[in-house]
Amino acid sequence: MPDNLAELTIHQAHELLKGRQLSSVELTRAYLERISKVEPEIQAFVTVTDELALKQAEAADRLLAGNGANPLAGVPVLIKDVMCTKGVRTTCSSKILENLVPPYDATVVEKLKACNAVIIGKANMDEFAMGSSTENSAFFTTRNPWDRSRVPGGSSGGSAAGVAAGETVYALGSDTGGSIRQPAGFCSVVGFKPTYGRVSRYGLVAFASSLDQIGPLTRDVADCALVMNAIAGYDSRDSTSAPEPVPDYTRCLNAELKGMRIGVPREYFVKGMQPEVDKAIKAGIEQLEKLGAEIDWEVSLPHTPYALAVYYIIAPSEASANLARYDGVKYGFSYQAPTMWESLEKTRQYGFGAEVKRRIMLGTYALSAGYYDAYYLKAQKVRTLIRREFDRAFLPPSPSK
Amino acid sequence: MKLTREEVLHIARLARLGLTEEDVGKFREQLSNILENFEILQQVDTTDVPPTAQPLALKNVMRDDKVTPSLASDDILANAPRREGDCFRVRAVLE
Repeated sequence: MPDNLAELTIHQAHELLKGRQLSSVELTRAYLERISKVEPEIQAFVTVTDELALKQAEAADRLLAGNGANPLAGVPVLIKDVMCTKGVRTTCSSKILENLVPPYDATVVEKLKACNAVIIGKANMDEFAMGSSTENSAFFTTRNPWDRSRVPGGSSGGSAAGVAAGETVYALGSDTGGSIRQPAGFCSVVGFKPTYGRVSRYGLVAFASSLDQIGPLTRDVADCALVMNAIAGYDSRDSTSAPEPVPDYTRCLNAELKGMRIGVPREYFVKGMQPEVDKAIKAGIEQLEKLGAEIDWEVSLPHTPYALAVYYIIAPSEASANLARYDGVKYGFSYQAPTMWESLEKTRQYGFGAEVKRRIMLGTYALSAGYYDAYYLKAQKVRTLIRREFDRAFLPPSPSK
Repeated sequence: MKLTREEVLHIARLARLGLTEEDVGKFREQLSNILENFEILQQVDTTDVPPTAQPLALKNVMRDDKVTPSLASDDILANAPRREGDCFRVRAVLE
């Protein structure tokens, strides 16, 4: 049994499993033991799916006896509790979905199962992915494994902390406005938000549909590529899924940086930035330069200062529409009052936490008669201007230059 | 400009969200502050700029008109707080 559970990568685990030095059942048991040891301190899991995991591990072991098993086969994964898992409670860390057991799998879960992955649990998060500390979970706050007095970031804080604490080999998170990237940074793991449309959102409980995207949290970049190979691709059940061919992401690893130009937008270095952060980013850029990349410090995205306001109009507006479905009729928490309207209003009053209510209120206001043009439409137009700046930045340099 | 009590109650009604008196006061304060931060967008000239609803160049995505299996109604109804036969049971809409 490897004694470095907290450092084991997917590709290392795969080598051990393939070489029969280790069985998936042994590996899974080791992680389940690790979970029972550290989980009281970390609290990364809403649900530990031990029985399911061991069953999947047994199946993976049978498969690993042959050749050509997927690199994810038999390797434990933690899934953010915002992705539907058939027969396994999916809560979004919200009281309103506390007892929801979905009758179907999200596409990403289906894909992981097809690779014979071992689903070890569902990760804590900010309620409905709204927040950046995991403090907005209706159940408990996850702690940062590096310093338990600190937050792990969010909203995919359980996913990031679970990977960092060695409770799983990798995890899936979702990112609407930084919810994979920021907790990955806080917990020192690799986090990747794929381009919108790359990974199917079918079965991902919607927060802001035009921004939400599922992605991996892993221990190294090679693992990230392996997970992307498994989850990326067109899905007819998500109408915003990109009908584009999927590359083999592992072929992008160890790419030559010579001849690559990397733009550093001036506007990203703002006043009030912590000197340590500024230093760390510049050290990263220097490293890229040392490896042969050409750094362009002159890139400018002048509409950057408006991005936050645009995000805080668009995301809550879409959320207010998406969260309208929680009415206590079809599933979830249901307050039984004498009248229909009262039942509806009380279900939502007691079922949602403070941050979710705030965003529903904000979004409803921005979409309401008389304010739609001034807020939502205006934000969508500025969004166009922000996009155009990125498009321009990525244009090939003109020959006259 | 601070939102009035009536405005907050109106939005809550549109969102079908029950609020306590305390919530109303809190939201008057918080929402007004957030809305003030949105004023920054008025500095941007968006004349003749089309809105972006989503970032992909896709429109009117259709699927073939083919029958595919769907979930069994028992599976769908399994999470229903109140059920009657094959239906979700709701409070009377009309008195």
